[in-house]
Amino acid sequence: MVQTLRHRGPDGDGFRMDGAIGLGHARLSIIDIAGGAQPIHNEDKTVWVVFNGEIFNYIELRELLKRKGHRFYTNSDTEVIVHLYEQYGTGFVQHLNGQFAIALWDQNLRQLILCRDRAGVLPLFFSEQQGRLLFASEIKALLPVMGHTPALNPVALDQVMTFWSTVSDTTMFEGVRQLPPGEMLIAQDGLVRRQPYWDWTYPTTEDYHRTSVEEQADELRALLSDATRIRLRADVPVGTYLSGGLDSSVLAALVHANGIQPDTYSIRFDNAQLDEGTHQLRMVEHLGVPHYQVQCTESNIGEEFPRAIWHTETPILRTAPVPMMLLSGLVHSRGAKVVLTGEGADEVLGGYDIFKEAKLRRFWARNPKSMWRPLLLKRLYPYLELNPARAQSYSEAFFGTGLDQPNAAFFSHIPRWSMAAQCKQFYSAEFKARLADDPIALLEQSLPRAFAQWHAFNRAQYVEAKVLMANYLLSSQGDRMLMANSVEGRFPFLDHRVIEFSGRIHPNLKMKVLNEKYLLKRAFENMLPTSIVARSKQPYRAPDIPAFFHNGVAPDYVNELLGQDTIKRYGYFDPDKTGLLIKKIRAGRAIGFKDNMALVAILSTQMWHYLFVENCTHSKFIKP
Amino acid sequence: MSIEQQVRNYILENFLFTNDASALANDVSFLEKGIVDSTGVLEMILFLEQEFAIKVADSEMVPENLDTVVNIVHYVQSKHVGK
Repeated sequence: MVQTLRHRGPDGDGFRMDGAIGLGHARLSIIDIAGGAQPIHNEDKTVWVVFNGEIFNYIELRELLKRKGHRFYTNSDTEVIVHLYEQYGTGFVQHLNGQFAIALWDQNLRQLILCRDRAGVLPLFFSEQQGRLLFASEIKALLPVMGHTPALNPVALDQVMTFWSTVSDTTMFEGVRQLPPGEMLIAQDGLVRRQPYWDWTYPTTEDYHRTSVEEQADELRALLSDATRIRLRADVPVGTYLSGGLDSSVLAALVHANGIQPDTYSIRFDNAQLDEGTHQLRMVEHLGVPHYQVQCTESNIGEEFPRAIWHTETPILRTAPVPMMLLSGLVHSRGAKVVLTGEGADEVLGGYDIFKEAKLRRFWARNPKSMWRPLLLKRLYPYLELNPARAQSYSEAFFGTGLDQPNAAFFSHIPRWSMAAQCKQFYSAEFKARLADDPIALLEQSLPRAFAQWHAFNRAQYVEAKVLMANYLLSSQGDRMLMANSVEGRFPFLDHRVIEFSGRIHPNLKMKVLNEKYLLKRAFENMLPTSIVARSKQPYRAPDIPAFFHNGVAPDYVNELLGQDTIKRYGYFDPDKTGLLIKKIRAGRAIGFKDNMALVAILSTQMWHYLFVENCTHSKFIKP
Repeated sequence: MSIEQQVRNYILENFLFTNDASALANDVSFLEKGIVDSTGVLEMILFLEQEFAIKVADSEMVPENLDTVVNIVHYVQSKHVGK
């Protein structure tokens, strides 16, 4: 099992067998390189832990625990976990500021605790098989010991074709579940129970911060500064990703303000529509920091796609994760292991277009007959080559979906999910017959009780953080693409103190009229070039269809996996419909979102099956 | 091939991904049935401009011209008459 996770931990491994329990660990050494090997135990060796991730406040926790009489035998952050557990029992997790997937064994109680960080930065999967509980950081580690050929979970694929990712504890593999963010699993005497210990929350009344805008901006800056400071704790250099946008620029400026000249890393695209090089270089110049960039071509994405799916372990709807894998490859090639990234800022502080879109749609819904209100839709997506707002009547129809129900739970997300669900028209009749429930209705059942009482903007933030961020951005596009090259990402915007503080910032300060992340801009305008603060958000995107088809010609693996025989054999998609899509693509007529998404969805599902069901871990497509 | 036939074939093959002619009625609304979305309409305009040698103005991108097979046929005919 540990061998399959070598990419996550190339620097060493450790094991502990104790009767019924076995703990294994592949180590990426970052803190206490000489003494931090895992598993790590308490004073009398009755509590053992293996963990993936970082406890950023370990220095403070260590001092606290020492004062309470605990003795440490390493300088690692891992060791605070066992002593905290001795001190506080299962409440230990409330004291952690970090990103983690933890497995802790209490020998006296014969109790195993699995625990995952609040936002879902680090993955943790488990499977109950014939009285055994198996767990690991990636599903590929479970497969060799599960004792049967992996099978696709139809519910999971239907979720991906709606939300862009699976949700809650579902995974693409039958019989394998993920521990959701902010949850703990306790196994004792053959019984397994799960308990949430943290969740995103927002005021149900008008209980927002009452301080002035300036004071809130100061407090946000102080919190982010501290979140960044403790994320620089490492015995190896910490670099930063630099996208050219506001969030990563804030982080680079904060690292710089700590007296460190971080190495900065960026992706460049040949396609000028996608490239943000000018803004990246503006920030590099502003701070005078070393800068490295990886040039990403369309064919790079096509070539690396199979390896990316091996790491995501799930189908995807966009190729955007692949360049992120190339970027972590650049970091690795520089001999570095740790980077800060700005992920999370848009969810926490209100940056996404989907929030803007929902706000506009709600504005329009207040007077649905207005001729003028929908004209504001033209302000959305100005960066898109094929701006849907150009065809006003059609964008009105698209964004007007659900306009009659502005208080529906998923008002903000229905247009996006309906768009993704268009991929389902390619399902085969047999596969369709295996589907039962509507994924959106199921998701609605999992919402917290207070959800309906939150401000609409906060409801959209919650859905975005719990669905797309936790299961796609931090996973397929985050941890998996970082760890593919043994690189650890750290996310200051997802420090739970920042999340909790931001939960009480009024939505009107997060998005002032249509100015996204307004308070963040106020907090950092003096530390950044004006051009970075003033530019509107450009979402990170990568080429989809052009990554696989150049003048109608595709790499061999694409032809093989999308061939009628293979489509028929795997059984998920209709060979005739898929054939017509490919024909359209080869003719150069597929230019819309829908077709791009459908191609990536179908190809990645076929690749998933090829890698995990048909050939298990072996593939001629993956470069060793 | 008639305008109607050309339009029908195009919609069937490129938006419904089928050759089954019964899958599309001439008066069905593309918007209501989710057949054509806001980027899809731009794709369709590329097709109309290419196939029928017309130029579609932004102000003409409205459902009255483009939302059913019947509407498209009328629209293309009117453009040809206007030439």
